Amino acid sequence: MTSFDAIVIGGGHNGLTAATFLARSGRKVLLVEANDALGGVARGYDFHPGFSSPGLAHIVNRLDPEVAAALSLDDRRSEPAPTVVLSPTGRHAVLRGGYGEVIDGVSQEEAKRFKELRGKLVFQATILKRFLRRRPPEIGEMALADFATLAGAGLGLLRKGREESRDFLRMLLMNVADTADEYLTDDRLKALLAFDATLGIHLGPRSPTSLLGLYYRLTGEMRGVTGAQVVANSGGRSAAAAFEAAAIHAGVTIRTGTPVARIIADRGRATGIVLSSGETLEAGAVVSAIHPKSTFLSLTDPAEIGTGFRRAIGNIRSRGNVAKLDLALERVPEFPGAAAADLSGRLVIARSVDHVEEAFNPAKYGQFSNDPVMEITLPSLSDPSLAPSGGCTLSALVEFAPYALADGWEKGKPAFQKIVLETLERYAPGLGDSIVAVSLLTPADIEERYNLPGGHWHHGELQADQLLVNRPVNAASGYATPLRGLYLASAGSHPGGGISGLPGLLAARKVISEKRA
Amino acid sequence: MKKYDVVMIGGGHNGLVAACYLQRAGLNVVVLEKNDWVGGAATSRELTPGFLYSNCSYVCSLFRPEIMRDLELPKHGLQVISYEGGAVFTRDGDYLASYRDHDSHRREFARYSKRDAEAYERYARGVTRQCRFIQPLLMRTAPDPFSFKPRDISELIYLAKKFGEFSAAEMAATLRFWTMSIANFLDEYFETDVIKAYLALSGIIGTALGPMSPGTAYVLLHHYMGEVDGSVGAWGYARGGMGAVTKALASSFQASGGTIRTGADVSKVLTRGDRAQGAVLADGEEVLGNLVVSNADVKRTFLKLVDEDALPERFVHRVRHFKMRGSSGKLNIALDSLPEFPALPAGSACIRGDLHFTDSVERMERAYDDWKAGRWSADPFVDMMIPTTLDPTMAPPGKHFVSCFVQYCPPKVEGRDWTDADRDAFAETVIKQISDYSPGFRERILHMEVRTPREIEQEVGLTEGNIFQGELTFDQLLFNRPVPGYAQYRSPVRGLYICGSSTHPGGGVMGAPGRNAAAEILRDLRHTPSNKMSLAHDVI
Repeated sequence: MTSFDAIVIGGGHNGLTAATFLARSGRKVLLVEANDALGGVARGYDFHPGFSSPGLAHIVNRLDPEVAAALSLDDRRSEPAPTVVLSPTGRHAVLRGGYGEVIDGVSQEEAKRFKELRGKLVFQATILKRFLRRRPPEIGEMALADFATLAGAGLGLLRKGREESRDFLRMLLMNVADTADEYLTDDRLKALLAFDATLGIHLGPRSPTSLLGLYYRLTGEMRGVTGAQVVANSGGRSAAAAFEAAAIHAGVTIRTGTPVARIIADRGRATGIVLSSGETLEAGAVVSAIHPKSTFLSLTDPAEIGTGFRRAIGNIRSRGNVAKLDLALERVPEFPGAAAADLSGRLVIARSVDHVEEAFNPAKYGQFSNDPVMEITLPSLSDPSLAPSGGCTLSALVEFAPYALADGWEKGKPAFQKIVLETLERYAPGLGDSIVAVSLLTPADIEERYNLPGGHWHHGELQADQLLVNRPVNAASGYATPLRGLYLASAGSHPGGGISGLPGLLAARKVISEKRA
Repeated sequence: MKKYDVVMIGGGHNGLVAACYLQRAGLNVVVLEKNDWVGGAATSRELTPGFLYSNCSYVCSLFRPEIMRDLELPKHGLQVISYEGGAVFTRDGDYLASYRDHDSHRREFARYSKRDAEAYERYARGVTRQCRFIQPLLMRTAPDPFSFKPRDISELIYLAKKFGEFSAAEMAATLRFWTMSIANFLDEYFETDVIKAYLALSGIIGTALGPMSPGTAYVLLHHYMGEVDGSVGAWGYARGGMGAVTKALASSFQASGGTIRTGADVSKVLTRGDRAQGAVLADGEEVLGNLVVSNADVKRTFLKLVDEDALPERFVHRVRHFKMRGSSGKLNIALDSLPEFPALPAGSACIRGDLHFTDSVERMERAYDDWKAGRWSADPFVDMMIPTTLDPTMAPPGKHFVSCFVQYCPPKVEGRDWTDADRDAFAETVIKQISDYSPGFRERILHMEVRTPREIEQEVGLTEGNIFQGELTFDQLLFNRPVPGYAQYRSPVRGLYICGSSTHPGGGVMGAPGRNAAAEILRDLRHTPSNKMSLAHDVI
């Protein structure tokens, strides 16, 4: 029987991050991945001969600087990408720098108003960021460090003055629609805020707490610029490859194509895993970087975790809302009104707050909208290797596509695809004629392909009641679980999804801080 | 010219509660009410001979028992009759009954699902536990987290200690509960649509939110923590309609020497220098007072009654963006006989409680979607009550008064003002909904009063017809209600206070805002309130 200090289940970017940090602490680490390749949702895939997608995550905007530095992930070649809010009339608004430090295409007064709101939101996000980069505070038994974070946040607030602090506590759980209305008049800018706040989340812009989604985006940074984003694979190197290289460099033993059958537990302690091949592997610590529901509902013996805990895990809301579209195109599409240089950024289709809200409404009842909202990138413009010469790829995240479609996706997918392509055609006339191949992944497809229950890329709704001390559930919010020796490290844990590496990093820290068994 | 100690603008229940406490503390108080009757949204009026209508609010439960005792309201005629239960009618002709008795209630759930009946035990325990969190907050002024005044700090410490009694897991559960939607919360316990629909109603009544909006689980508490005769969560009818509550308050107020002036429409708060000195009536008359308290909502008070120049810019901005969108309408109906519901067994006690015609959370949410788009729903959510089944004083013998609370009803119709034709079409939708479950209902109607947010604003003065004087969302609760920095019943104008439901802890004929405001005023006047006022008691 082979024995390791730590076994990491799942080779997504968080699993790779956790494994890398554990290996660097001098531990003997094994990482097992069910798939034949590493990288999870950050892994690229071929979807038509000659055409590849950068993966499910086509924008990188929240890679943690510490993770990036430690794993040498920082890619100086990548350029911050602009966001173009597409207007049906061709009069687009373009946000540049870190989330619209500079805006083109709006009136001066509106630009001023946006600057004021942006300043407020970025400041508030900075306060929240303190809590994302460490373990959630444990109420009741707060450590000195927790008090330090709280005190730091409090001081940070007060330094800005009492009124700004008051606004912070007022706005924190507001909805994004009211916030936008309070400051802005331009529908395109309001629509963008509404879209970004709800992307990947089962909320409409008018749902209370929807502003949290926007804060979450603004806690992200790229190369020190808050709110900046880069298109995945820009510079020709995928995030997944970089994470993989770091793990190999740190000396992690990696086994791909190796599904796990169960976690071995004995009297409240996890001691290893059994592979589906029947092979047993022992370890002092088991770190699960797959979905918490898979971890506890498929791999763990119910008797070992207890009814209450199992019920809480079962109650995690984790139904995906986003479909991923990849198009192979004969040529670079034209979006009238958008400058050619801006096409290598992010293009957003959302006309108004109401448009986003109305696109969300049907999702509540297991239906999709006939007028969806989406964000688009043209990844091959940043990484020409993704398409044959002269060709182009288009990647889009389409909202809202409910996981549990009332009619079932088998029946609904062709209709949905038709609607999405028609929508694109309106903003890029002639695009339809240049399509070589279409790949559309619904949440149901995402679930199957990535072994992600519900097809939710955050491994659980990123909503107020599933954050901090309640992510994924209270009893497992600090990466350790009721099963001693078993730790969680996926996006289902604090602080959540996006290519940040933070859940992996913080989980590794938790394991390292524990006394060795 | 006579000068009062306190001029109260508006004679709603909170204004009267505050006035009672202040008068009893030895101050000379005058209440100015624009209508010819007092009561605000808690009134009973005879609009057709022989029938008393509870025009706006229609059930009693949240009214704080401490206040009832302090002000001796039973002595002044207030009597609350608790009712048995209710029913939700389902589209397949069946119904789900609700009973006050826990075991009967559970048995009825079991008729639909054994699992849900079992879950009901867990659910009831969970909700009761959450009530323990909120209860201590109701009858206290919310501390300002950004003030360094000793009182705010000691209050914060008190609350921290209070919450320190709960375990870390309980606190995490509370954090979760406060930010959840009622639909998600119920999904964790129940599988049957109609059971969820029945329980979800408490999360949305009066709000401009759908059952799937985060924060509605908390609103459930708002409707759950009421008590009738010491029984928590119980609901009742005030004998003689909701006006009985304010009649008793007015009587208690006058008995202790207070003055009520009806037909006195305040058009301005009178300020001299930087101090509020009284009120100017529509006819130009000035009523002078050392202090002015406004029972009007925060928007009406500061955007209409006070000159904007007298207020800080940031304050005005926040008041302007305080959200009080109307979300409900009301039909008050006089019937010549008791309506029939074929689904109910003969003689069922359910008819004496709340009757609903929405059997799924999805139907409620869809009605909300219509509201968001500025329409009333063709499939509205109706909370119907027939108080005359228990209180014969409200209608001639054999005849009945029916109150239909309708959600959702937009403050404007697709962006334009309501017309009479809109109002009639809205009423027709509701009557049709009821008639589907109660054949012959329409033929029984003798008289009907229809209230959309327009009528509610016109008569009661509630901006946009919002019955809570401001939506109950996180950004408008506790120290943020009505606006940050002014959540302690004081205002930027010296000598001007607010005491309506726009303030903590919010609406629902609770009386707590009025009582808390009075406590703050007495504190400013250096009265010691504790010997005249009951402090909050823990009921659970």
